[in-house]
Amino acid sequence: MNDFKLYAEANDWGLLVPEISLAFGALLLLCREALRKQGRESGGGLAFLLQGGLLVYFVARYLFFDPRPDSAGESAFNGMIQQSFPADVMRCFFLGCAFLTSLFANPGLRERRLPQAEFHALVSLAAASMMLLVQSNHFLMLFVSLETVAVCFYVLVSYHRGSPYSLEAGLKYLVFGALSSAILLFGIALLYGTAASWSGGTAPSDPLSFTMLEQFVAANSDSLAVRAGTAFVLAGLAFKLGAAPFQAWVPDVYQGAPTAVTAYLAVASKSAGFVVLFNLVTGPLFGLREFLIPLLSLVAIITILFGNLGALTQTNVKRLMGFSGVAHAGYLLVGIIAAIGMHPDVPEKSVFWAIVFYLLSYSLASYGVFGVMGVLAPTEDADQPRSLYSSLAQKQPFLAFTLAVGLGSLAGIPPLAGFIGKLLLFVVAFQAELYGLLAVMVMGVVIAIYYYFAWIRETVFPPLPSLDSSDKEPQVLWSPQFPSLLLACILGLLTLTTILLGFYQSSLGQSF
Amino acid sequence: MEASLDQFILAAAIFVPLIASGCFFLGLGSRRGLAYLAFGVPFFASFWTLFRFEGVEIAENGYRFVIEWENTGLQQLGIALRLGLNGISLPLFALAGVVGFAAGWQALHSEMVQSRACLGLLAMMQAGLMGTFASVDVFFFYFAHELALIPTFVLIGLHGGRDRRGAAIEMTIYLTLGALLSLSGLVALYVSSGLESFDLASLSEHLKTVPLSEGLQTWIFPMLLFGFGILVSLFPFHTWAPRGYQAAPTPIAMLHAGVLKKFGLYGLIQVAAPLLPAGKAEAFDVLVWLALGNVVLVGFVAMAQTELKRLIGYSSVMHMGYCFLGIAVGSTMGLSAAVLLMTAHGLSVALWFLLERYLRDRAGTSEMSRMGGFAAKTPVLACFFVAVVMAVIGLPGFANFWGEFGVFLSLANHEDMSVALVLALLGILFSTIFGLRAIAKILFGTPSEALQLRDKETPIHDLEPSERLPAILLLGALLWIGIWPRSVSDNIDQEVLRKFPDQVVTKNLESN
Repeated sequence: MNDFKLYAEANDWGLLVPEISLAFGALLLLCREALRKQGRESGGGLAFLLQGGLLVYFVARYLFFDPRPDSAGESAFNGMIQQSFPADVMRCFFLGCAFLTSLFANPGLRERRLPQAEFHALVSLAAASMMLLVQSNHFLMLFVSLETVAVCFYVLVSYHRGSPYSLEAGLKYLVFGALSSAILLFGIALLYGTAASWSGGTAPSDPLSFTMLEQFVAANSDSLAVRAGTAFVLAGLAFKLGAAPFQAWVPDVYQGAPTAVTAYLAVASKSAGFVVLFNLVTGPLFGLREFLIPLLSLVAIITILFGNLGALTQTNVKRLMGFSGVAHAGYLLVGIIAAIGMHPDVPEKSVFWAIVFYLLSYSLASYGVFGVMGVLAPTEDADQPRSLYSSLAQKQPFLAFTLAVGLGSLAGIPPLAGFIGKLLLFVVAFQAELYGLLAVMVMGVVIAIYYYFAWIRETVFPPLPSLDSSDKEPQVLWSPQFPSLLLACILGLLTLTTILLGFYQSSLGQSF
Repeated sequence: MEASLDQFILAAAIFVPLIASGCFFLGLGSRRGLAYLAFGVPFFASFWTLFRFEGVEIAENGYRFVIEWENTGLQQLGIALRLGLNGISLPLFALAGVVGFAAGWQALHSEMVQSRACLGLLAMMQAGLMGTFASVDVFFFYFAHELALIPTFVLIGLHGGRDRRGAAIEMTIYLTLGALLSLSGLVALYVSSGLESFDLASLSEHLKTVPLSEGLQTWIFPMLLFGFGILVSLFPFHTWAPRGYQAAPTPIAMLHAGVLKKFGLYGLIQVAAPLLPAGKAEAFDVLVWLALGNVVLVGFVAMAQTELKRLIGYSSVMHMGYCFLGIAVGSTMGLSAAVLLMTAHGLSVALWFLLERYLRDRAGTSEMSRMGGFAAKTPVLACFFVAVVMAVIGLPGFANFWGEFGVFLSLANHEDMSVALVLALLGILFSTIFGLRAIAKILFGTPSEALQLRDKETPIHDLEPSERLPAILLLGALLWIGIWPRSVSDNIDQEVLRKFPDQVVTKNLESN
């Protein structure tokens, strides 16, 4: 009870205003939805307003009030929450993702006559819990927010209730997710149990807190129980990242989920996982570096190879994005390993910024690609063969350009943002002397060129006329429609940012 | 630093085409006006720098026209936009300007003028080419190369001939692999130098006093060698080149084979060889044998070609072997001759591709057996064709002669390279055979039946004035260097002497 009293008296709620208002807004939306009169359309305007407004709030705070918080950050709720500038950046990031997801999903929801308010409320809730997740400094906090994210996603993935693909994806995600949560919880319990019942030396008073666990793990890095607990925690997280050996769900779920949710899953959920992983391996689990580096290296190699080789043979572009998402998780894992194995005289902060930049470029490109996919999606969202994109450049040059820039950035082609992201990861991997991993990464990137370019080729390069006349297949008369003006502006903005970040990184680059 | 006119012109050579390319895409300005700007300004700049080179102030590190712009957004990594020219980059910079003008002119007088996107991509390529050879910063050196490379793929895919989609993707995969390998090598060099700067001049100063350990050098040099080697079509990684050039539209083939391909050799001379001497000594044997593979094996393949455009592609791959040999020998003579040969080859291969286009316009095919008798119908075209074949064979009076002659001399001066010399001399025989055979089949004899039929429908006419201009320009440059080689080679020699003060190659072919 004493602890609870401490939390209550600390009065740190002000630090969490964005999360609280987002969650509260989501609840308000749900209440209004429950009281909605039959026949009136449900809207998610409030969610948009909140997501957008909070984003503006963060950016304004950074620009005008608190431009450079270099301090160690603020600890709140008795050490449960650790706020810092990097965490703030990630909070912004999740808000942005939520905003884009809601925006991209809206036309599809309206078309399929699915309730909108519920969707936006879930997206907001997921964003709020991811924002909490990146600030958590305590295993309890971590688990609770992770579960909230997962529960929101269980519903979101199967949101297209009429589609068997979506339902199948929802079920798969639920089963895998529940299993991974159990594994994660088991790992946490092992760590907690070992630390709390430690007889030799002083046991930490709160073994779930990252700060306290750090010293304990460093002192007992040889203990089998600690290592097993760590492995289980990492396994639970690997599910969120879509990393080996828990990557099998990714293609199916990415294919079945509504396109906007796929984007949200691919970008936001994965990023949250990586930030948490980064916090863990550079914080409480840092003492196990000798054990972690080979383990994670193996995971990264399998992940990169699985993702890229699997994507090679895909003709359904949503599955392809799923496999390529696995591959990107592998590259990011290399960054994480670099953070652990970094030379002591290089600040690990630079690795963090390399990862954040990669995530940023990945999210810009992914949202561009998924946005175009959402616009072009047929009624059955999951059924998107590559041939659907044939000669898109002749029919809709703008969409084709957006798609090509997004895919080029994902492939890591200069002068796009994705190239700079890969370059930074290369640099940190070199600094950490991970030569074998680098070789695998280069191999993966080259394989990736093939499938990304096959898609770009389908989109941009017209098939030869002579070939067309020889096979007498009836030409499918399909003309994609232009997205709404707002959506087009957002897509254009994403594309423009991807190009500009390739040329000039501004103050982002100075953080390295 | 006060910006002088010289620096302004150097910067304009890069940024005017870049801005023009943006205007093409945005639909601003007239096509012709923009094209003249995009290709005329670099053309002017190349002459300006050639004539002003002696006169301007020379910086300590051997560079002239130096511009530095620190604020790139990545300055934390030691990346800054540093432009400048030294003796080695000057001829290649001028080459890019001249060939770029010829290629741009050809594009303006072909079907490519129809599409603004094509002209925009071509202008972007021109900007990248000028930037590559004017960069003192290793990062921008690579970045500008990629800026020129990406449009190549797109233009081949969009506007190529038969087999363009396959050729585009093969070329993309090969060249991306090469580019990534060399990027990894450059990053490795950057990280292991410990200087935290991508500035080539300070890197070489630093590594002169504190050379890298031999182990590291034998590691990094092969990465650069094969990375750059793939980009220059080093045997056995050359198969993309003939296929790609055959599918490529003429301006692209001219720019890529003539200029962009020289990037790899240039990188070996400016970066890899001077900074990693021990690594180079270790890789000496491999380099020599592969280069001989280029000359001899590809020479055989070239002799077997029946299609003119493919023949040019193979002959260009073959002549790259001489450049590699010159670099491998590493004496002042060998290196200077390699640079001279790069320039000469760039001019001659661009001219040859240009003439092939003129022939194809008239004959409707590139198949040599379906031509014939052009000497009687089109005497001016025939004169140009004979001249370019003479240049390719390496007859005195043309620039190629001095380059090849220098390479042979350096081989002869090197002890124990007699085997290589004999094999390399075979190459002259090969080029004579395929060159003269092409002349015989295309220019003389009786026209093929198909050609006679075509002639009846639309009479074959000689070169128009607008077609003559780029040909005269390229041939003039070839003759200028051929008759007065010192105008270029003096500067090259000076820089090579500065870069390789006492180059001693210890290992040789017979020693193992």
